[in-house]
Amino acid sequence: MVVSSLKLQDFIEEIRGAKTQAQEREVIQKESAHIRASFRDGDPVQRHRQLAKLLYVHMLGYPAHFGQMECLKLIASPRFIDKRVGYLGAMLLLDERHDAHLLITNSIKNDLSQGVQPVQGLALCTLSTMGSAEMCRDLATEVEKLLLRPGPYVRKKAILTAVHMIRKVPELSDIFLPPCAKLLHERHHGILLGTITLIMELCQRSPAALRHFRKVVPKLVQILRTLVTTGYSTEHSISGVSDPFLQVQILRVLRILGRNHEESSETMNDLLAQVATNTNTSRNAGSAVLFETVLTIMDIRSAAGLRVLAVNILGHFLLNSDKNIRYVALTSLLRVVQSDHSAVQRHRPTVVECLRETDASLSRRALELSLALVNSSNVQAMTQELQAFLESCPPDLRADCASGILLAAERFAPTKRWHIDTILHVLTTAGAYVRDDAVANLTQLIGGAQELHAYSVHRLYHALAEDISQQPLVQVAAWCIGEYGDFLLENCEETEPLQVEEEEVVALLEKVLQSHMSLPATRGYALTALMKLSTRLQGDTNRIRQVVSIYGSCLDVELQQRAVEYNMLFQKYDHMRAAILEKMPLVDHGSREADEKAKESREAAQLSKAKGPVPTELQTSKLLDLLDLLDDASGDTQQPAPPNPSPEGGLVHLLDLPCAPPPPAPIPNLKVFEREGVRLNLSFARHPGTPALLLITVTTTNSSEDDVTHFICQAAVPKSFQLQLQAPSGNTAPARGGVPITQLFRILNPNKAPLRLKLRLTYNHFGQSVQEIFEVNNLPVETWQ
Amino acid sequence: MLLFSRQGKLRLQKWYVPLSDKEKKKITRELVQTVLARKPKMCSFLEWRDLKIVYKRYASLYFCCAIEDQDNELITLEIIHRYVELLDKYFGSVCELDIIFNFEKAYFILDEFLLGGEVQETSKKNVLKAIEQADLLQESQNEEWGGLSEDIL
Repeated sequence: MVVSSLKLQDFIEEIRGAKTQAQEREVIQKESAHIRASFRDGDPVQRHRQLAKLLYVHMLGYPAHFGQMECLKLIASPRFIDKRVGYLGAMLLLDERHDAHLLITNSIKNDLSQGVQPVQGLALCTLSTMGSAEMCRDLATEVEKLLLRPGPYVRKKAILTAVHMIRKVPELSDIFLPPCAKLLHERHHGILLGTITLIMELCQRSPAALRHFRKVVPKLVQILRTLVTTGYSTEHSISGVSDPFLQVQILRVLRILGRNHEESSETMNDLLAQVATNTNTSRNAGSAVLFETVLTIMDIRSAAGLRVLAVNILGHFLLNSDKNIRYVALTSLLRVVQSDHSAVQRHRPTVVECLRETDASLSRRALELSLALVNSSNVQAMTQELQAFLESCPPDLRADCASGILLAAERFAPTKRWHIDTILHVLTTAGAYVRDDAVANLTQLIGGAQELHAYSVHRLYHALAEDISQQPLVQVAAWCIGEYGDFLLENCEETEPLQVEEEEVVALLEKVLQSHMSLPATRGYALTALMKLSTRLQGDTNRIRQVVSIYGSCLDVELQQRAVEYNMLFQKYDHMRAAILEKMPLVDHGSREADEKAKESREAAQLSKAKGPVPTELQTSKLLDLLDLLDDASGDTQQPAPPNPSPEGGLVHLLDLPCAPPPPAPIPNLKVFEREGVRLNLSFARHPGTPALLLITVTTTNSSEDDVTHFICQAAVPKSFQLQLQAPSGNTAPARGGVPITQLFRILNPNKAPLRLKLRLTYNHFGQSVQEIFEVNNLPVETWQ
Repeated sequence: MLLFSRQGKLRLQKWYVPLSDKEKKKITRELVQTVLARKPKMCSFLEWRDLKIVYKRYASLYFCCAIEDQDNELITLEIIHRYVELLDKYFGSVCELDIIFNFEKAYFILDEFLLGGEVQETSKKNVLKAIEQADLLQESQNEEWGGLSEDIL
């Protein structure tokens, strides 16, 4: 006879006593052998103890599969302790991947129909934890029976088991849908909670169920109202909030039922306002309920006032001392910032404060939200804050912050000089983290700002002189010095006067060329810049010629090729040098180059290497990121636009700049609305890179005698379309033809379906609040073909 | 739901989705590492894969729940807290050792509070009453078999 094995608690103690992993393994292996032996021919009375020990060992990560059959035996035993441990074992060791699991179906069936309540409870619990689809199908009728019998203990479990069954086998919804309405009239909180969870599950799986359950919205409203208004009940309350679990669940199901349904939403409006204002939020339980309320308000067709209240609650959450509450507030505000932009703007200062959070997940959320809140009126202040953040933020946020600032600067820069300054600042602070096209953008920008050439080159020169490690900065600086080197030698009023010698400039570029830190691309820029300087600078070009010829034998193929070609320029084509190295023509962002320059560049193509396909990719990737930034809040992802190949395959620039096919013929404007001097005009454009993307600019003009204030325009399109509204330029259209309000809509129409557009305007005019909803007729056919 | 100590030792694991043992181990390891790496002042929520993780530390034990995107994080904190209260009431001022030596009881209590991953009973009283009944049933059956000498589990 085997030596009597250890009691569970002694066994656990012995395991814990083991000083090393090896010792622990030994103890466990020894006991496992006992357990195995006991399973084979041991005393059935002891079986549950053995299995319990095995389960402990399993939790520590050791194999326990040989206990699976024992679970079956224990479940089949009439003793409660056996069933308890057996079912626990089944939940831990068996799952639908093992064939053995089907064998317990019969035991469960017996227990469900004949067992006492605790046994039924065990069976239901196991079924809902690991029940596979087959098991669910077999046992559905048993569970249904238990659902209808009185006795809350088993009933509530049966309801939640039904939820699990529907998740596994959606067809079973038919069985479990009918009892729901009646169950809502029960008073037991556990039953109500289960029923509501069941309703939610049914509605999420079938639109027919959703419609069916809209009938019970009034009942749900009543239940919630009772909960909220009844006094304190010790049994269910947590810190002054009646049964927050039930409240939250009701709010969730109301959200599902009220979504896109005016009537249901209206029924809920008052109640939601009541819950929002009356909930005691001194502790987390109340905040949890309030949070769910806000989510529901934002998701259904609620009244405008209610939505503003919801956003204000979120704003208030931002000031809460509890980090968790600030976190959920930031996450939710990010979700609603697109649809309720002006309401969220009000809380901008608080959001910016959150940038200073020490917790990384919080500051990340704050960053995303801050970027979404930048508009033309606050761009300078926001950029300052964001730049301060960039300097101190953790490395993984730097890239996002940098690109965010650059994008915001591009969209809203008040002046070119400010724009250049901003980009420069970002490059010096976080140059290593900016995206590749930042260089192209900046050069483009500088090229286009003729009046700022001198200023730019001076600033870049100084920045470069201080630090040659940030590659994007070095690249831009090198390019600029090459192009506008002649300005460097003169003084520029806008920067500190500093006499720059030709020699210094050349030396700096040489330093860049030789530095270990310079990437091959950077070296390419520097070499080309040196070359250009040979025509810009007055002095003697021998030094430059020397450098160029040295690189003629450089190991890097690209550099070598360039150097050799430049050498040739010096030797054989010296007379053409000045013409070829002339200042770059300005390339319009997104439009075709002038043919003249194209021809000249093509000649130069034989001397320098082309990087044709890359520029368009840079442009489209920038487009994608622009879309991504806007998409963040709405959660949709746009279809990526396929990169358009450069129309002139061999098109070359001495410096890489993006180009794109010409814009298509314009679509006529459309006047869509007029009332008492307030007029709405739509102008259309196709996005040059993406034919399926239609850009609509809505212009609201006011020729009346009174200002239009609190103007909000919302739009709706058919389901196959994707619509994005950008933030409007403002909410006020001053009287007598003042500055109009403009807003950009982006509509993606991948299927080329006929476009329909419905607009909803709300504003104050002549002391009255006006609301207009109308569909736009006479949309020109070009908008969707 | 996972319970684990500061050293990363698992004390309880309740899975409501079917996964292989290997996957469960991998997920547990990753989650434990991620949560243990958090500094004390950080907020209780983090994103992991496509789930939200809600965790709270009570003395030497971490209680960690993985919830879906549409679930309410704040109420999950309440769920964790309620479970701790139940354990506390049952064991009388619970500590980690109680849960180690009576792990099966911890499971039984959890199974009276949550079912299939959802809250089944919001009244503390009712949950504790149910456990009591079950324990009594177990005891009474042991008495019937009083003849055999055995130790109570």
